[in-house]
Amino acid sequence: MTNPEPDALSGLRVRPYMVTGGRTRSVVELPLETIVRVTPEGQKAVETLSLEPRAIVDLCHQPLSIAEISAHLHLHLQVAKVLVGDLVHSGHVATHSATADATDRPDLQLLERVLDGLQSL
Amino acid sequence: MSANPIPVKIVVAGGFAVGKTTFVSAISDIEPLTTEAAMTQVAKDVDDFGDAKTKKSTTVAMDFGRVGLSEELVLYLFGTPGQDRFHFMWDELVRGAIGAAVLVDTGRIDQCFPAIDYMENAGVPFIVAINAFDGMLRHHPEDVREALDLPRHIPVVVTDARHRAAVRDTLVALVRHAMTMAATTA
Ligand SMILES: Nc1nc2c(ncn2[C@@H]2O[C@H](COP(=O)(O)OP(=O)(O)O)[C@@H](O)[C@H]2O)c(=O)[nH]1
Ligand SMILES: [Mg+2]
Repeated sequence: MTNPEPDALSGLRVRPYMVTGGRTRSVVELPLETIVRVTPEGQKAVETLSLEPRAIVDLCHQPLSIAEISAHLHLHLQVAKVLVGDLVHSGHVATHSATADATDRPDLQLLERVLDGLQSL
Repeated sequence: MSANPIPVKIVVAGGFAVGKTTFVSAISDIEPLTTEAAMTQVAKDVDDFGDAKTKKSTTVAMDFGRVGLSEELVLYLFGTPGQDRFHFMWDELVRGAIGAAVLVDTGRIDQCFPAIDYMENAGVPFIVAINAFDGMLRHHPEDVREALDLPRHIPVVVTDARHRAAVRDTLVALVRHAMTMAATTA
């Protein structure tokens, strides 16, 4: 890989960019609302993790979206996705979303539940 | 551990300062958070060595809130600016979304054109919500529909971005519209 031109990086915080080893795209495409949760095995195996992945594991003792992880840890969205993707791969966290295929819109049954939820607010 | 909630999302779109962040915070369980996304655009022109020449980076900030709907369901509301140069973000935002509420300030109707064009082209269920600043409705909803050249099946509602109940009703209108769309295309 050639060195990125300086201005390509100017919009990014350099450090989080480097923690992903220069990758900006996750292997699995995770939508930004994807819920991330630490796994029981992941909880016991944080020592080997570097700073940012460890911070994600610590945050995700409660179910949190990738967008929330990005906001809380001040990571660009793409960086948060790459790091979460790695943690899924290593088994530290598990993810889930509303539909099996993230490009699908929620079906009628799910919309009905959303409607009920909103109306009970 | 409690069950993991299923995440669903709604996009709140519209022009600058139309009330998107206000709308999200009126109903969110948390103070709205901000996430930033960066895009590196590689220009098409190619240099003598066949390498792409110029890269440009754009960063876009999005506000979002979270509404717990039940133990098993969490709704995320993403507010995002309407300029064309942010469309790379919209592609991601509308993917899998229930739909979009496009906020309109009747004093500056033209500001919502990019959002409406985008949602129409992308086939995203959307409604138009007029944010009545200080309860002032400068134009009748039907006049707004006409000005926007909106098809009859697209709901136009009046909202108040500062009031939780009005925001909830707007979201209810959007979900109902999304249900109608899902039922007719299924
Ligand atoms: N008086 C009044 N002010 C509003 C209303 N909605 C938003 N604002 C104000 O308009 C400004 C822009 O709102 P904001 O939510 O930040 O707009 P955004 O750029 O679309 O996110 C803020 O100062 C809000 O307090 C409204 O319905 N009435
Ligand atoms: Mg805003």
